[in-house]
This record gives sequence, C-alpha cells and structure tokens, in this order.
Amino acid sequence: MTEGTIERVATSTLLGWYEQMAVIRGTEQAAHDLFMRGLVKGTTHLAAGHEAVAVGASAALRPDDYVFATYRGHHHAIARGASPEGCLAELMQKATGVCKAKGGSMHLTQADHGMLGSYAIVGAHLPMAGGAAWSAKLRGTTQVAVAFFGDGATNIGAFHEALNLAAVWKLPVIFVCENNRYMEYTPIGAVTAVPNPAADRAAANGMPGVLVDGNDLIAVHDTMGSAVQRARAGDGPTVVEALTYRHFGHSRTDPATYRPAEEVEEWMARDPLIVARRTLLEFGATEADVDAADGRAADIVAAASQAAQAAPAADPDEAFTDVWADGGCAWRT
Amino acid sequence: MADLTPSTVTYRDAVADGIARELRRDPTVVCLGEDIGKAGGVFKTTVGLYDEFGAERIWDTPISEQAIMGAAMGAAMTGMRPVAEIMFSDFLACCWDYLANEIPKARYMTGGQVTVPLVVRTANGGGLGFGAQHSQSVENWTLTVPGLKIVAPSNPSDVVGLMASAIRSDDPVVFFEHKGLFASKGEAAPPGHVVPLGQARVAREGSDVTVVALAATVPLALSAADELSGEGISLEVIDLRCLIPLDMATVFRSLEKTSRLIVVEENPYQGGWGATVASIVADEGFEMLDAPVRRLAAENVPLPFADALEQRVIPTVDKLVEAVRRLTSY
Repeated sequence: MTEGTIERVATSTLLGWYEQMAVIRGTEQAAHDLFMRGLVKGTTHLAAGHEAVAVGASAALRPDDYVFATYRGHHHAIARGASPEGCLAELMQKATGVCKAKGGSMHLTQADHGMLGSYAIVGAHLPMAGGAAWSAKLRGTTQVAVAFFGDGATNIGAFHEALNLAAVWKLPVIFVCENNRYMEYTPIGAVTAVPNPAADRAAANGMPGVLVDGNDLIAVHDTMGSAVQRARAGDGPTVVEALTYRHFGHSRTDPATYRPAEEVEEWMARDPLIVARRTLLEFGATEADVDAADGRAADIVAAASQAAQAAPAADPDEAFTDVWADGGCAWRT
Repeated sequence: MADLTPSTVTYRDAVADGIARELRRDPTVVCLGEDIGKAGGVFKTTVGLYDEFGAERIWDTPISEQAIMGAAMGAAMTGMRPVAEIMFSDFLACCWDYLANEIPKARYMTGGQVTVPLVVRTANGGGLGFGAQHSQSVENWTLTVPGLKIVAPSNPSDVVGLMASAIRSDDPVVFFEHKGLFASKGEAAPPGHVVPLGQARVAREGSDVTVVALAATVPLALSAADELSGEGISLEVIDLRCLIPLDMATVFRSLEKTSRLIVVEENPYQGGWGATVASIVADEGFEMLDAPVRRLAAENVPLPFADALEQRVIPTVDKLVEAVRRLTSY
C-alpha cells in the first residue's frame, strides 16, 4: 500500500456496506410511508440517494471518531450505529426514540458511537466539528472529526469561518459536502459564484478540496480514507465534495417539481445501490449474494418499523428532563 | 508586624486570576478568543495567562465569533472545558445562533446524550462612551433562552469565585464582565474561593426598600444607599450575581422586611431582566408589597455616544435616589 491509496476492500466487507446502504434506504422509505399514514409528525428531510456518502465515509472512520450531521441526517445516524428502530421511534414520538422524542427527525444523535448530533441551522455544526477536532488535538488522541453538510451550507458565514480556523489550527477535521445540486428548491449553481461550491472554496482556506462521485461507495470510501489519513497524520483538514442526488424533495412537503425529468432519470439510473451492486458483481459476488443482502435489510427495517410502532409514546413529563447536566430543568434557587 | 489589611485587586486582574486558578487545577480547561494570548486581551483581562500556560492552553483566534463559539462547543462536547472570550458582548449577535440554538439545546434535543461544559466570557455594559455598538448591556438577551446559566459579578472576589463555579459547571455559562467595573478595586479572593451559582448576596442590609441589582448597578445602588441614609431611608441592596439560576428566595426574604422593591438594571426597560423579577414578585409575593414594584432600567433607545446623553439613558445614582424617594412616599 502506498501513501494516498487505499487497499481494495474484501468482497464480504463491501457486501456488509451494501447491506447497510439498503437498511438506510429501507428506513427512509419506511419513514416516508409512516408519514403518509399519519404516524410520523412534523417534517422529514429524507436522505434516500445519499447512502453511499454516509456508508462510504463511515467505513473510513474509527469507532472513536466524531461525526456531525445536518437535519438531513438519518443516513449518518444509522451509518454510525443508531438503530433503525430507535430512529423510526424518534420520528414517531416514542419513548424509545434515540433522543427520547425530544429531537425528532432533524436532530438524530448517537453520541456513544461518536455521532454527536444532527443540527438544523444550516452550517452551524462545521465550527463544532472543528472544535471536536481541536479537542482531539489537545487531548493528544488521533481521532478525527467529520462534518457532513449540504451544498447550501457553503454560502453561509459559519462555513467560511470554520474552514479558515481549521486550516490555521491544522485541525484533524474533514468537511464533507453532499452536493445534491439544490440548496433547497433553488439550484445551487444559480446562487453560487463558483462551479463546485465546497471544493472550489478549499484553496482559499489553504486546504485541499476534492471532488468525488458521491454515488460510488468505493470512491467515497477511498477519498475519505486519504483525507482521514492526512488528518490523523497531523497534516490538517480537507474538503471533500461528494456529488449526489436526493430521491425525494427537500422535505416532506416538497414534491421537487423544479427538477427536470431527464435530470431525475439520469440520476436515478446512477442510484448508489445500483452502482454498489454493479461493483459487488465486479468484485465476485453473485446476484444471489446481493439479493440476500437486500432481503436481510428488508427484514431489519420491517422489524424496526413494527417495534417502533408498538413502542410506548413519550411521557409528557420527559419535557422537563435533560436541560441541565443534573438531568433537571430548575432555573430558580 | 504582619499587615492584616486584606489586599485589594482590580476587577480586571481578578478575571485573569479566576481563569488562571482553574487552568492550574484542571488540565481540560483551555481558553480561546481574539487577542487573548500574548496581547493579554483588549481589556487586559487575560494578562499573564499566555506566559504561564503557553500556546497549548491559550489560543488566539481570528475575528470569527461563530468559529470561536462552535469550536468551544465541539471541544466541550468531547472532554474539554473551554473558556471562550467574545470581546464585546454586543458581538454575541455575530454568533447568536450558538447561544440561541446550539449550545443551550444540544443536551436537551439529544435526550441528554451530550453535555456542553463551557464558559463564554464577554465584556458587557456602558458608561465608557463607546457608542451604540460597544456599550450595550445584553444579559437580557441570554435570559430569553432556556438552557444557559447567566453570571454577572459586581466585585473582584465574586469574579474569582463565580469564575470557579462557571468553569466547573457541567452546563454552559455566559459570564458577563462589566466594562465599567474593570478598574474598580475590591478585596482579593482567598485561595480556593468558590461562589456557587444561583446564590444572591445581601450587599448591604437595610429595612425600608429592597434594591435588586446586578453587576455595575450594585455599586450604583450602594452609592444611592449611602446618599439616602442621610435622609433616614434605609436600603437593602441585593446583588443577584446570577440571572440563571435566579435566587428569588433571597429577594423574598428581603421583601418580608421592606415590603418595597425597586429593580435596577442596565439593559433596556423593554425586555429587561427586571421584568422577570417583577413578574415573579407579582405572582408570588403580591401580599408582601406596600407599594408597586418599580424598575429603573436603561431607556428604550440605542446607547448614545456623548457622556451627557449616555448618562441620560442608563441608570445613575441620581436616578435611583429619586426613584427610591418616590417609592418611599407612595
């Protein structure tokens, strides 16, 4: 293995990653279906189509590394070990939700797996990821931190402040942009001065910016692997811009009619699960192997959905816990 | 012969002393902010820290308030106890997202999965002729957000004791240092001095009127008390020290004696913290009162530059004396 290259993963490993992608896809579909049945309230920002970014990046990380995600973050929570049941239960306002039904779809968190939260104010978590990386550096560990964010976040101030500080302090952080071409409803290209909203801004902040096919699991994994190596070695931050596409609209209420049909068709043909299946066959897996992974994923999601639906609703008194570190909410003495 | 007079220090030096004591006792404490390192801070409140603790503990940042707050938050979530400086409290608006949406909510919205033990220090308040964007008292901004503890000391000893509690707190604390007090002097804090959060202090005992004050309005109230004592009016001055946790028990104990309350606050009347104190007294202590609750706050205009105009807007000793006279004659 030479510097900057990643060893080819074993077929069985790749099959495991594929299955994880299929679990995420199934969970997103379940979230959508449960919403349509009135069992999921509020809103959702589904990540179907983005699975390869989450799973490929996560596979390049250690269990003790840190991940910060956005309100479109179901895939990152699951990729970092949150259970589909806990996530769906959270969406359904159940006591067994990963955040005790106090977070909801936009704030899925699995801190014991280093997934330190999903943040719904665009760009706010980039400086936090820098802070977690700074902490790793101060404590003398070789942990890295990753911030996942959308293309829309590249035009907010916190993005630019975070990149500059990370470079100046040479922090072990990777800024991963999931560029799905639309900030919300507006094409990112219509509101951004450079063609590649994240990668093109990297040089201005003294760090490499790398473009990668975000629907190609292996490409994401290998690109992240190099960035993670660089960060662990103390060589500083990297911007990775992963080109991908959402299968649903921006949020629950958005049918995404602003996207040209031929564009949607082109990207659906490049569905990350289709790409990964093709790669698996090239790696020597059989169609039956991949179908079996799909079957296992479907079983996991079905069981998760059933268990989440059967779980007790959140206790209203839970509203008064977890404000302070002592577990309570007292504001007077 | 030993000098038995307690040594006096400035409020400014007490800030650096308070931080240094915690840096010495806990290796996870780390400071970040603009010009806080070799420069010692624009208000000289971090003088000596860089020399004693070095670049690994005292980090100079760019002018990036969002990056400062975000970095502090991320570090706090992962095992450190950051002390972040936002140079002027007016600049909290530049990183308001972190105080309004991120830091106070992370623990709650994750169902208690993360803790954010950090301190945000900031120079607050007027009286120095810095104009509309560098003179505000904005402690009321933070009071609007559940999930933040709010500290505003009035004297050097409390600066040290409250700094210890703030840095040791597992909850996020916003620590307002009053610009108008930096040069003021008071007793030095003894070794190991810790003042718990949420414990108000009776700064002067009295029997006729309770004055609830915070930070710079505490010495202001004490001056008014001196002046009014000559007229036979006895003020009890309560230094709240913290807005959250809010020590209303001490306020009520005082009202049992005085039955008259005036709150003196430097933030604007509209939305000022005194309104919260007054509403609690109205709700829970109405029968204790012999007169309406009065609030002396800043006028509802931006802070003007000229001394004469600024004094017209913010609370002064003369205004408090006059307000107390009116209240006692009710």
